[in-house]
Amino acid sequence: MQTSSSFPIAISNTETIPGKQIVEFYGVVTGNTVRAKHIGRDIMAGLKNIVGGELVGYTELLQDSRQEATERMIEQARSMGANAVVNVRFATSSISQGAAELFAYGTAVKVT
Amino acid sequence: MDSDTYQAINLFLNFGWPLLLLMTAYFIGTVIERNHFRRIRQREEEYSSLPVVTFDTMPDDWQAGESTLVTGSIVVSLDYFKRVIAGLRGIVGGRVKTYEPLLDRARREAVLRMIEDARAQGFDGIYNVRLETSRLANSRGDGQGTAGVEMLAYGTAVKMASRFAPRMERF
Repeated sequence: MQTSSSFPIAISNTETIPGKQIVEFYGVVTGNTVRAKHIGRDIMAGLKNIVGGELVGYTELLQDSRQEATERMIEQARSMGANAVVNVRFATSSISQGAAELFAYGTAVKVT
Repeated sequence: MDSDTYQAINLFLNFGWPLLLLMTAYFIGTVIERNHFRRIRQREEEYSSLPVVTFDTMPDDWQAGESTLVTGSIVVSLDYFKRVIAGLRGIVGGRVKTYEPLLDRARREAVLRMIEDARAQGFDGIYNVRLETSRLANSRGDGQGTAGVEMLAYGTAVKMASRFAPRMERF
């Protein structure tokens, strides 16, 4: 996952950054996004539902959303002065018909 | 139009059309599935040199350099035939065989995409791999409409400090 940034923030879903030491904790950082699928995609997915298989439109939609949630989490970590986010977790919740929330959360830390 | 022709058309619309749709869905779905499985096996073979483990700490013999989070995901739907069969299965209960290969190939595809993400960025191994499944809501409230299942695979990719990449037996 790439980060568009002034300085790079290391992210990992483990409790440490491999080969680095954690020197400071900044606390939990989160990023979320709520997306609705658009009707064109929904119609295509409806057709695809007859034969089965991958719903490419949805895959892309969720990938973009997760990317954005991660970016927001990283942005928050950067504003705290952290240079890494560890123990990142992803979660999805459908809040209403046709809309889903994707969020990413982790612990912002400083590593050396 | 005489009543016989009318009846024939009526019969077709009531029974023939759903049956035709069911059979088409079955054949196309089966072909798609078989091709997908072939592609999955081929790529799993190809990527077997990149070790992927679910341990939450790095194996001792990996000398870690740079690291990052990699993800792979896929949304799949069930075909019409499978949904009908699963619906019937719901009456008597038991193993829903039509769903098993679908979820299996989606999950393996998600893992492969995660590996591709790592390879594209030049990483040599992935550890602490986690898999998640989430069901996407139907677009309509009545349980009809499109629904899919999302499979997400994510893990921490590392670059080996020395270019030594441990060979792992695939299991």
